[in-house]
Amino acid sequence: MHKAILKVNGMTCPSCLTTIQTALTKQNGVGEVNVLFNAGKVKAAFDENATDAQTLANVVSELGYSVEKVTVKEQK
Amino acid sequence: MLTLQKFFANNKRTIVIGMTVFVAAALLLQYAFGLGFISNWLYGAVGVIGLVPLIIKAINSLKFKVVSIELLVSVAVIGALIIGEFSEAGIVTWLFLLGEVIEDATLAKTRSAIKELTELAPQTAWRVESPTDRNAEEVDVDEIDEDDYLLVKTGSQVPVDGRIVFGDGHLDEASVTGEPLPRHKSAEGSDEVFAGTNLTDGTIVVQATKVGEDTVFGKILELVEEAEDSKTGAQRFIDRFSKYYTPVVLLIALIVGIVTQDVRLAITILVLGCPGALVIGVPVSNVAGIGLGARHGVLAKGAQMLQSLSEVDTVVFDKTGTLTTGHPAVVHAQTLSEDVLAWHLAASAERESSHPLAAAIVEYARTTHSIDIANLPAVSETHVIAGKGIVASVEGHHVAIGNEALLAAENIALTTGDNDTNEWKHQGLSLVYVAVDGQLRIIAGIGDALHPTTITALSQLRERGIKHLVMLSGDGQATVDAIAGELGLDEAHGGLLPQDKADFIKQLQTQGRKVAFVGDGINDSPALVAADLGIAMGNGTATAVEISDVVLLNSDISKLPTAYSIARSTVANTRENIGIALATVLFLFIGLFAGFIYMASGMLVHEASILIVVVNALRLLRKKLDGGQVRKN
Repeated sequence: MHKAILKVNGMTCPSCLTTIQTALTKQNGVGEVNVLFNAGKVKAAFDENATDAQTLANVVSELGYSVEKVTVKEQK
Repeated sequence: MLTLQKFFANNKRTIVIGMTVFVAAALLLQYAFGLGFISNWLYGAVGVIGLVPLIIKAINSLKFKVVSIELLVSVAVIGALIIGEFSEAGIVTWLFLLGEVIEDATLAKTRSAIKELTELAPQTAWRVESPTDRNAEEVDVDEIDEDDYLLVKTGSQVPVDGRIVFGDGHLDEASVTGEPLPRHKSAEGSDEVFAGTNLTDGTIVVQATKVGEDTVFGKILELVEEAEDSKTGAQRFIDRFSKYYTPVVLLIALIVGIVTQDVRLAITILVLGCPGALVIGVPVSNVAGIGLGARHGVLAKGAQMLQSLSEVDTVVFDKTGTLTTGHPAVVHAQTLSEDVLAWHLAASAERESSHPLAAAIVEYARTTHSIDIANLPAVSETHVIAGKGIVASVEGHHVAIGNEALLAAENIALTTGDNDTNEWKHQGLSLVYVAVDGQLRIIAGIGDALHPTTITALSQLRERGIKHLVMLSGDGQATVDAIAGELGLDEAHGGLLPQDKADFIKQLQTQGRKVAFVGDGINDSPALVAADLGIAMGNGTATAVEISDVVLLNSDISKLPTAYSIARSTVANTRENIGIALATVLFLFIGLFAGFIYMASGMLVHEASILIVVVNALRLLRKKLDGGQVRKN
């Protein structure tokens, strides 16, 4: 599993949090999703064989939130 | 569609201002001039403009099978437009978007405390090819790899955790260790430096060992970020509730609409279905509470920790490094001569020594006798006598500093005026004698001294409602008793191994006490884990930060009453917010069935309740806290 850290702008309401969390969790190959509402970050564990960080970033930006930065961390 | 969405996101404020003007004009026309016909057109326009971004968001969420509140509002507004309720449609969209803008601004404030911390993080660094290279290239901290060499000049920030490979200087490490005095570090010792600390003088080259989020400072930041969004049990319940709440509301509205054939009632239910204060009330209090803590050097790992801390009635302390400083210091001293010359001479001679007790003497001379250690009498000769002490020639005086064995070797009579010194020995202090020209001048009792703030901190804890204070230590019972008497503890036990401490805590818990353990986080780990709440004195090590529930960043016991107050206020604030949210829901439903709440008024109450809980949480950040000064920077 890899971990994608997305810096997201425009999360103003708690329902944004639920929307992003649900949408990402439903993506293929995505494990635990943690939306840090206050820090403006989304952390998602994903299977690198099934998807990639950019796909996840696209989902978030399609939902209407701008993604500022994408970082990927490899996890052992 | 994405570009349209971006347009609305980027011009949100302008659009909301425009809508506000329209709504105001419509109200004026309707009530002042009786031109309801024209104002209906204005309301309709506002409704349509506001609907566009709502529909886009609703559809986007639907694509990912998420029923969002934008969907509820969109359906309600479309319904209102169809049945000709233009004013309701206009006012609902206007309030919804206005609410978003205001919430954005107020939430930014509750998040300000964490921002202050993030801004302390280094952004760029000067990279060099080798320790002696001076052609530095400015790079973003994200681009730095482990083992890179980085040049740090006076006044700038250390960008990574690493070792000094060139040069030396003083480092202000307050942001990581809480130590207020800058420390001297150099390449000779290949000393460790930490990201986020400042070089107050000198120039150093650092080789990176850890970068970015792996640094101690990065870990602290990550911890605060995660903590702010961590969830208490109550909040998890509300989350689950709100997940099903929205689709269920949609369903209910549909059924009500079909059964009663009353479209107006159905769309009102849709608007009331926005889970407002209920969802945001608890997290916003927690953010404010954790942020307030971070600002005061109290790092709670989550809202749950604050909750536990607020329920604690018994605090168990480790002695060394927690109640005491953990460094040898002069606890008692007798000066047998009239003037302080002996202290000048002693400080001079002891400056030459690397013995830990020597540093205590110099420090005592500096603080208690205001001796300027930069202008000490010159030392011409020193001899260290192993196991006994040091003998020096200072401006023609023969100075001998050491234990009783040294006095015997020097043939100096041990003339103590009273029995005090025996008592000091009994307390576990080491006695150091200073003789000048064959005459005994100073007797100093050196040991682990209490933190200057310990006594105040403990009495504050009692005032604020902690019932039972206990000290546990590995030191002998005599040493423990001496300190316990001074502090007025309820219990104090010495001679304990780490596991004994944990067992003692479990015993307290069986008596029905809620126990917090305060320790320095490394050898105290069994006790930290056994206690209901583990509080570590953050000494800059990642271990201490990881093992505990709450970290006192400044390693300062005076932060403990502050932490306790913050926890109590945060929990109280959370309860207020839950109360406000539930009252709102109740009010809306009573209003709906009694017939005085419609779409627009429902949306108004909903937005107002969100603002009330956010403002209530902001009150926490404004709170004045005694017991420990506010940490700036």
